[in-house]
Amino acid sequence: MSTLVLSRRNILAAGGSVLAIGVSGLLLPARAQGLTPTESMAGGANNYRKGAAIVDRIGKGGFWMSGTVRRAGDGAPLAGQRIQIWAHTTEGQEHEPQSHGATLTDKNGSFRLEMPQIIPIFGQPHGHLAYDSGEFKTVFLRPVMRSAKDTSLEAHFVLQPA
Amino acid sequence: MRLAKATLIWAALAAAICVPIAAAAASPLLEWRGPVYILAGFAGIIALGLTLVQPLLIAGYLPGLSAYRGRRVHHWTGGALVAAVVVHVGGLWITSPPDMVDALLFVSPTPFSPFGVIAMWAIFAVALLALLRRRLGLRTWRIAHMSLAVVIVAGGVAHAMLVEGPMETISKAALCALVFGAAIKVMADLVRRMRATSRRESPARR
Repeated sequence: MSTLVLSRRNILAAGGSVLAIGVSGLLLPARAQGLTPTESMAGGANNYRKGAAIVDRIGKGGFWMSGTVRRAGDGAPLAGQRIQIWAHTTEGQEHEPQSHGATLTDKNGSFRLEMPQIIPIFGQPHGHLAYDSGEFKTVFLRPVMRSAKDTSLEAHFVLQPA
Repeated sequence: MRLAKATLIWAALAAAICVPIAAAAASPLLEWRGPVYILAGFAGIIALGLTLVQPLLIAGYLPGLSAYRGRRVHHWTGGALVAAVVVHVGGLWITSPPDMVDALLFVSPTPFSPFGVIAMWAIFAVALLALLRRRLGLRTWRIAHMSLAVVIVAGGVAHAMLVEGPMETISKAALCALVFGAAIKVMADLVRRMRATSRRESPARR
């Protein structure tokens, strides 16, 4: 039993999704059958640092960033893909090196990296993720937390060949 | 009795501005922010507070200030508002240049950014027009200033309410409601006065 949370952000997100699905359906009828690739989000690349190291955990941890990486079209999970993650946390600002880290997807195309608690920055509690390894087209995501008290956040990638 | 009323009005104004500032100063978020970012945030709160003071000053609602003194202080407070906005935007630019550039170019993912940027340009426009006030003529100046004041108040309040930051929600909402209420009251009074003046000047048009 899941509870329905009617917050401003949810309504905006739901409205945005309906719009996005509606508009993409109108603009891209040829792709309607397959899984459409994820577009980079506005501001997603802000404070990006190229080549963050693959780490077991960013800082002292306590917050989980997770998600999946799949291939556009057939939706096949993509294993061994490097996803870079950064955010303003209790241990550093967005642009600082210690706030950045990377991880690899497992055989199911899933990734999960522990990091310090994300806190609101520039008016929204949000994280940043990037796929930037070159095999597929680069994607920058900027998911927003439903509440600043959340201790996890998800982001999902559908990649298309570069 | 008059003294009590005057004291009450000034105390209410001080509380409306100082309580949100004190509540934000107690926010746990400040622990993880640098001094420049903290300064930029508080400059924004002060700018919101000055937006409440401005209409009260010009309308002469603040006891102890004559109409002339009220108008003089209104000019200086307007200058302070420009300075607060410059510190707010400048401090945020130093904190995270790409986020501030996105906001100024209206491509930011955050819904509150365009409201703040529009209010900022309206504040700068009023300041510029105020310097050219004598050349504009009283009527043109009043219409331009009032139109821009509507943009400043609506934009500033929307900006502040949508931001999730160190400001405490209830004190922020109360300050925003007062900013909105004061602006509407003063503008309604001024429009009524301007109509009355134009009717007196040209009775044939009635």
